[in-house]
Amino acid sequence: MRPEPTTTPAVPAPRGEDASIHNIGYRHYDGPRLGRSYARRSLLTQSLRGAYGLGRSAKSKVLPFVLLAVMVLPAGILVAVAAVTPGAKALEVQYTEYALMMQPVIGLYLASQAPQSVSRDLRFRTVPLYFSRPIERVDYVAAKYAAMASALFLFVTAPLVVMYVGALLVELDFGDQTTGFLQGLAGTAVFSVLHAGIGLVVSALTPRRGFGVAAVIAVLTIPYFAVTTVQVIAEAQGSGGAVAWLGLASPGSLMDGFQSAFLGAPTGFPGGHEPGTAVAAVYVLVILGLIAACWFALMGRYRKAGL
Amino acid sequence: MYDPTVARLTYRALLGRRRALILFVLPAVLVVISVAIRLLVGADDAVATEVLGGFALATMVPLIGVIAGTGAIGPEIDDGAIVYLLAKPLKRPTIILTKLTVAIAVTMVFSAVPMLVAGWILNGNSQQIAVAYTVAAVAASIAYSAVFLLLGTVSRHAVVLGLVYALIWEALFGSLVPGARTLSVQQWALALAEKTAPGANIASDVGLPTAVVLLAVVTVAGTWYAGRKLRTLTLAGEE
Repeated sequence: MRPEPTTTPAVPAPRGEDASIHNIGYRHYDGPRLGRSYARRSLLTQSLRGAYGLGRSAKSKVLPFVLLAVMVLPAGILVAVAAVTPGAKALEVQYTEYALMMQPVIGLYLASQAPQSVSRDLRFRTVPLYFSRPIERVDYVAAKYAAMASALFLFVTAPLVVMYVGALLVELDFGDQTTGFLQGLAGTAVFSVLHAGIGLVVSALTPRRGFGVAAVIAVLTIPYFAVTTVQVIAEAQGSGGAVAWLGLASPGSLMDGFQSAFLGAPTGFPGGHEPGTAVAAVYVLVILGLIAACWFALMGRYRKAGL
Repeated sequence: MYDPTVARLTYRALLGRRRALILFVLPAVLVVISVAIRLLVGADDAVATEVLGGFALATMVPLIGVIAGTGAIGPEIDDGAIVYLLAKPLKRPTIILTKLTVAIAVTMVFSAVPMLVAGWILNGNSQQIAVAYTVAAVAASIAYSAVFLLLGTVSRHAVVLGLVYALIWEALFGSLVPGARTLSVQQWALALAEKTAPGANIASDVGLPTAVVLLAVVTVAGTWYAGRKLRTLTLAGEE
């Protein structure tokens, strides 16, 4: 029960004195503004750390690091084998071959991390918040793309470093190993940029993480298995010349052909049909075209995202 | 044990909007490849076995199984919408059975039917190869759906785990370690195909009785445990 007012009804306050808006001390911010490049750099580091679960919950660190361990383990075994074998001249697997050999693991890593990098922003509608900072669409896409490509590059390079250091400790030929290692790094760089683009585009299309994961894997594996099947059949039917052309149709076989043409890698194509000079040029064009297409697809995707 | 409303919602979650796209693309790739090979090579039983066994049954069926099986329940648990379903007076096993039915139906439509079509295109079902692989795809759809639905209730990373099983265990380990093939849905399904088309060159590492028993056990046990799991479900917050 509210107590009845005992006194006379309140006198209206005299105008102009009490009825003012109180000044409670809000100030303008006069300090330095960190600006666009700082925001872009922060987004890059945050996305890169996020790709390994750093700065996220303990649970989300498990998967990337388990996959990284699985990725590095065979490299360790290769070094151990070289150390035990007397008179070993080289590692069993070349640096350029390694990424192609471990494609399922790399695919799983990409499929698990690309959606977490972009799908969650879309799903929880945080994209408009990013754009309320002084960054442009170009900065967001560039930061996410660069972060994913660097994360992939680190993921694939880690075992190569293990192999290189191990090979030098076992005292294999320094020149050979360094050349192979550098070739491996070059191949890995192209590999990372291409695959990061594909993974980001596919996962930016769906705000559902689960579907993103499955879609990325599907885009990476289905064409690869389809290409391999058709290549085997083409080889068995005696039309080996078609093998290199068929390799253009999937990201995995694209990298295989590219590395065997330019980085002296042994090819995994059936019948060992490496792409010739003309086909090799087409490989480069297709890789560059795919990367550009991924970039523009991402830019287009974020034109209206979340608004 | 089957609730039409839950089924309708699950169908919509699986096939709504762009999600159906990936499900349509996979069979389309298979049919396009089959047409191309038939035109280039002509009808050849060995080629048909290679395409249907090496590509379709080995990669397409498990992938569709992962998408349909985990997609039937995973996203709902993920975003917490499952609470509204669990709050309805429905038995948890009913929910699971309904979702399993839907997942099996979707997997079959998108894997077994294109398999039959592709087999027919490749060699006109000579030596029963098309029918054999369709039988295998049907059996595999049921087992994969049950396994991946269970994964969807157990873990938030169900899709990744499912893919690890399908790609690393069945494809990679299966080709390296013979023992891994005994515990592979793909090989159990192949045993059925082997029986259906005795003349064709289809080989499985598992005997038919073992395969049938294991398929049944995995399906029933997976469904039962998924039902149990749903009764004690704890809703995890966003990471």
